[in-house]
Amino acid sequence: MTSFTINGRTVTTDLDDDTPLLWVIRDHIGLTGTKFGCGIGMCGACTVHVGGRATRSCITPLAAVEGAAVTTIEGLDPASNHPLQQAWRALQVPQCGYCQSGQIMQAAAMLQDFPAPSDAEIDAVMTGSLCRCMTYVRIRAAIKQAAAEMGAKP
Amino acid sequence: MYGIVFAVLKRVLIGIVGCVAVALVALCIFAWRPAIAEITPPAPASFAPALIAQGEVLASAGYCASCHTAKGGKPFAGGYAMATPFGTIYSTNITPDVATGIGTWSEPAFRRAMHEGVARDGAHLFPAFPYDHFTKLTDGDVAALYAYVMTRPPVRQEASANTVPFPLNIRLLQAGWKTLFFTPGRFRPEPAQSAAWNRGAYLAEGLSHCAACHTPRGKLGAELKDRAYAGAPIDGWIAPPLGKTNPSPAAWTQAELVAYLGTGVSRYHGTAAGPMSAVARGLSQLPAADIAAIATYFASSNGSAGAGARDTAAIAHALAADRIGTGLSYDPAARLYASACASCHYNGRQLNPLRPDLALNSAVNLDDPTNLIRVILYGVSARDGAPGIVMPGFAHGFTNADVARIAAYLRSTRTAKPAWTDLESKVATIRAQGQGQ
Repeated sequence: MTSFTINGRTVTTDLDDDTPLLWVIRDHIGLTGTKFGCGIGMCGACTVHVGGRATRSCITPLAAVEGAAVTTIEGLDPASNHPLQQAWRALQVPQCGYCQSGQIMQAAAMLQDFPAPSDAEIDAVMTGSLCRCMTYVRIRAAIKQAAAEMGAKP
Repeated sequence: MYGIVFAVLKRVLIGIVGCVAVALVALCIFAWRPAIAEITPPAPASFAPALIAQGEVLASAGYCASCHTAKGGKPFAGGYAMATPFGTIYSTNITPDVATGIGTWSEPAFRRAMHEGVARDGAHLFPAFPYDHFTKLTDGDVAALYAYVMTRPPVRQEASANTVPFPLNIRLLQAGWKTLFFTPGRFRPEPAQSAAWNRGAYLAEGLSHCAACHTPRGKLGAELKDRAYAGAPIDGWIAPPLGKTNPSPAAWTQAELVAYLGTGVSRYHGTAAGPMSAVARGLSQLPAADIAAIATYFASSNGSAGAGARDTAAIAHALAADRIGTGLSYDPAARLYASACASCHYNGRQLNPLRPDLALNSAVNLDDPTNLIRVILYGVSARDGAPGIVMPGFAHGFTNADVARIAAYLRSTRTAKPAWTDLESKVATIRAQGQGQ
């Protein structure tokens, strides 16, 4: 039995300890905003927050999140209006869109640690999040716009 | 002629047999301990709630449940396997079950086990049970621990049979081990040291038995007192040295130790992992003054005093190392690290305790890569290290060559220490061992 919270809701499951968290989120809880990319923690598409930290859910075994607080793209903001999501829409960042929930979750975690990130910091932290449509230039611009928006608030 | 020789031989033989017999009888008398009468388990209500509460904190800081609970098993019911060079020893059931636990143990019997390593029935306990540390505990603390364990739910669970081979499994021989290596006696404070230091020493040397993992052991399994806290292998991990030979470039100051021991994570040294996770969890239940006392005790002897300038240089080096390989890079190791690790471990400008810095971490700086390989393969769960935060393991994503490549890359870019050798085969060995208990 493993218990954890997802977007504030408690989940208890008797799935195998080694089940990837991503499968639990998508197939058993039914939240499909988090995507399957490479399955080996090398592309970032499956990124969720565990305890507020960006975590690759495809290589995170279920047992590892016992007692933890998991947040997916669906729970990042109750109205899907996190400053990053606003910037994403305003700058039309997504092309095919597949990697974007992972990109946004990674960026949201990064902005907690780097509230006004430089280009080098964005490169260093976001390199693990791949985009086959090559929207990197817009991703970087949207992160900076969201950072400015969040910094402007008291 | 032959008759005389036989007569002499006969007398010599009788003499030898006699001596052996006398020695055996002497050993038995010397080693024999009386049983202490069985009791009816005391009613839980017979213990003062404050005493039980004190015992709960002490049991946490002594990690009783860590060794006396099997994976997925009932707390304190035993069955945890300890692989020793002398065979596998399974921990015993210390719930107050009458048939399979310690339900019939009186407080004097429990105290004798803690202070002298002797079971209620008079059998000598193996030193896998760290009575060589618990002997330092005050009678008051032992009474509190007794109150706590005797008020746990009784669990009927037989102990698994140890695999210690004959003749080492003869309990009587443990008396000889004790003569050689065990000094019974309560903790004696150092009058020249502060009250906090002495409190820390009492906890570290007694209840929390830090040396049990961090001090190397000799051929007969006893801690080598002249190499106290020099670091040692334990349960597939390396318990790093705690003194001046700790390999981290950043000093383990009192403040760092308080954070690490009390919360499982510190700014410069990252998170606890492996068997140390249970230690940090256990110590976190102690009052803040006690955690500070343990930190004071270790900080007094590890060379951390006045480390400010050295630390400043080490941190600047760590931050500079972070920036290696960011941006365009053709080094496959740097690219692998940037994709798999940097999103969490990159700091660049200043150290964030939740982005553990790998240049300062002991795992990257130890002579042995075991700890780093283990963490890369199996990660750190939400329960371990920084509570609620997960590092996923790469066992399913990375080949042995990938793990070796990351380890070699970190060793060469984050430290000035000699490269690790045979990394790929070490990864294969650790992968074959599995994640462990």
